[in-house]
Amino acid sequence: MILIVAEHSNGKLNKSTYEMTQAARDLGREGPITLLVLGSGVAPVATQAALLADQVLVADLPALSAYDPEVWAQAVAQIAREGEAHTVLIGGSRSGREYSPRVAVKLDAPLMEAVISMKFADDTTVAEHYTLLARVVERVEAQAPTVVVSIHPGAFPPASARPQAAEQYDVDLDLPAPRVVVTERNTIKSKRVALQDADVVVAGGRGLGSAEVYAQLVEGLADQLGAAVGATRAVVDAGWRPYSEQVGQTGKTVQPKLYLALGISGAVQHLSGMNKSRLVVAINRDQEAPIFKIADYGIVGDVKEIVPAIIEKLK
Amino acid sequence: MGLRILSVIRQVLDAEESVRIKDGMVDPSSSKLVLDTMDEYGLEEALRIRDAQPETEVVALAVGPARCEEALRTALAIGADRAILVETFEPLDVITVGNVAAQVARKEQSDLIFCGGQEADWDSQAFGAAIAEYLNWPQLTWTTALNLEGRTLTGTHDIDEGTESFSVELPAVITTQQGLCEPRYPTLPNIMKARKKELRRESFESFGLHSRLKFIRSEIQVKERMRRIVDGKDGSAAAQQLVEFLRNETRVIG
Ligand SMILES: Cc1cc2nc3c(=O)[nH]c(=O)nc-3n(C[C@H](O)[C@H](O)[C@H](O)COP(=O)(O)OP(=O)(O)OC[C@H]3O[C@@H](n4cnc5c(N)ncnc54)[C@H](O)[C@@H]3O)c2cc1C
Repeated sequence: MILIVAEHSNGKLNKSTYEMTQAARDLGREGPITLLVLGSGVAPVATQAALLADQVLVADLPALSAYDPEVWAQAVAQIAREGEAHTVLIGGSRSGREYSPRVAVKLDAPLMEAVISMKFADDTTVAEHYTLLARVVERVEAQAPTVVVSIHPGAFPPASARPQAAEQYDVDLDLPAPRVVVTERNTIKSKRVALQDADVVVAGGRGLGSAEVYAQLVEGLADQLGAAVGATRAVVDAGWRPYSEQVGQTGKTVQPKLYLALGISGAVQHLSGMNKSRLVVAINRDQEAPIFKIADYGIVGDVKEIVPAIIEKLK
Repeated sequence: MGLRILSVIRQVLDAEESVRIKDGMVDPSSSKLVLDTMDEYGLEEALRIRDAQPETEVVALAVGPARCEEALRTALAIGADRAILVETFEPLDVITVGNVAAQVARKEQSDLIFCGGQEADWDSQAFGAAIAEYLNWPQLTWTTALNLEGRTLTGTHDIDEGTESFSVELPAVITTQQGLCEPRYPTLPNIMKARKKELRRESFESFGLHSRLKFIRSEIQVKERMRRIVDGKDGSAAAQQLVEFLRNETRVIG
């Protein structure tokens, strides 16, 4: 079987789960597409999953109420073994990329990480992924009884639901006690669409000058466009925005239809998180700023003059 | 006996360098190569622990071609006590390299391992977790603050949508990122001293492993951009043009 570990939050499947399902449907390898739902109080999620998969496995346990990489890896490896999964698909989120290597080691399997394309033929899984700060596409092959794959967010189209719901099965798990003690958790709840799911991202850099101007211009424009808000490392380090909004090598990777970069210089580490965006618009007062090299549309000018005018015109 | 810390590093293209491809593979031979900044944060944290507890030993490890010696010399000049290079010319997947690093850690009786959260060559976030799993140790990824008391490590790190404060008993694997600390620079006397520090070579073949992935080819991918750059001195006119551009080129505004 193809085992997909569903990603979900607030009682709903994440977009990444739909994308993984499409990747599984297009893989070209036989076997039922199986969605595994891990968590506590996840019955509504399992119901949604049943419209995507051939079968749904549900582990609804108090021990799974909070994510821990070792617990997740153990759960997924156990199910993969018992179900003789030949392909295990895991989301390319921070957590997915953190526990998927553990699953691969447990299953003595190769890991294909953050793949953007994937096919199975002639006993071989062929996949592509980015390297060198997302400037290079590398093609790799694996031949093994089981392959563990994490799926790059935004690389596959989301699968459509089917009219008929698949069977759901409860599964038993033998879980380790977490060794890391979490003493505090701060989850950022944004009223906006999630950064990685957004069609439009408005991102700001140090060029905004202050947290106040940032809030006014970046949030203001995002409000008009129904967009998610992103930030550069410089901005999160300055404490203007939370780290969860950071885009780039040490932040999130986004691939929206439209990325607006306001007062962002375009350092290679930032570009690696957004250079696959379909359309890039940049506003920067320095015409030599590297961001213009990857912009479809650029305005050389002061964000404090131009952005309020855009917001006005969109109202 | 003091703590034994392993700082795992990679040698990568300098951020200013452009990528070159030859015969379908990335060719770094004519590019400037450096110790990955991502790995420097872990080295710095290790050295801070040694500053506080001088009996600590900090060992730098690299798995890769002979040229990685240079990055290890940099780590020695920054302050590592000794270095190990597991030499291989074969391109290796991250799980296999994790296996090698774990075996070295076992031989070295390491208590704590640092490595970069996502190195700039293979764009992988799997290295630390793979090492941790081979050793059956806990892992903390994307740390943003660390504090060691005895064998209890506390700190903060990034999660999917937010941050966590944590506490863990050593041994553990920690991955690092920009913002964790300000790495120190090698000083001239330390650069001189580094030349005399031990750098042990081992061959990858002696580990009896082989790559789990076959590397078929690499290609530079540049997305064609329209690059319509306009002057924005007249803010209102520039805004109007942009709004029209968005209307014509995207469906995000009506
Ligand atoms: C290992 C490592 C990992 C990193 N990871 C990341 C990452 O994940 N994400 C990330 O973003 N960075 C990352 N960085 C940092 C990166 O190198 C840059 O320092 C950072 O992206 C710069 O942010 P910035 O563009 O906001 O600031 P700056 O580079 O300072 O640019 C500000 C820009 O604003 C323009 N400007 C100023 N005033 C105005 C105005 N009034 N109107 C219009 N334009 C104006 C300036 O011309 C300038 O181009 C990383 C660095 C390292 C070493």
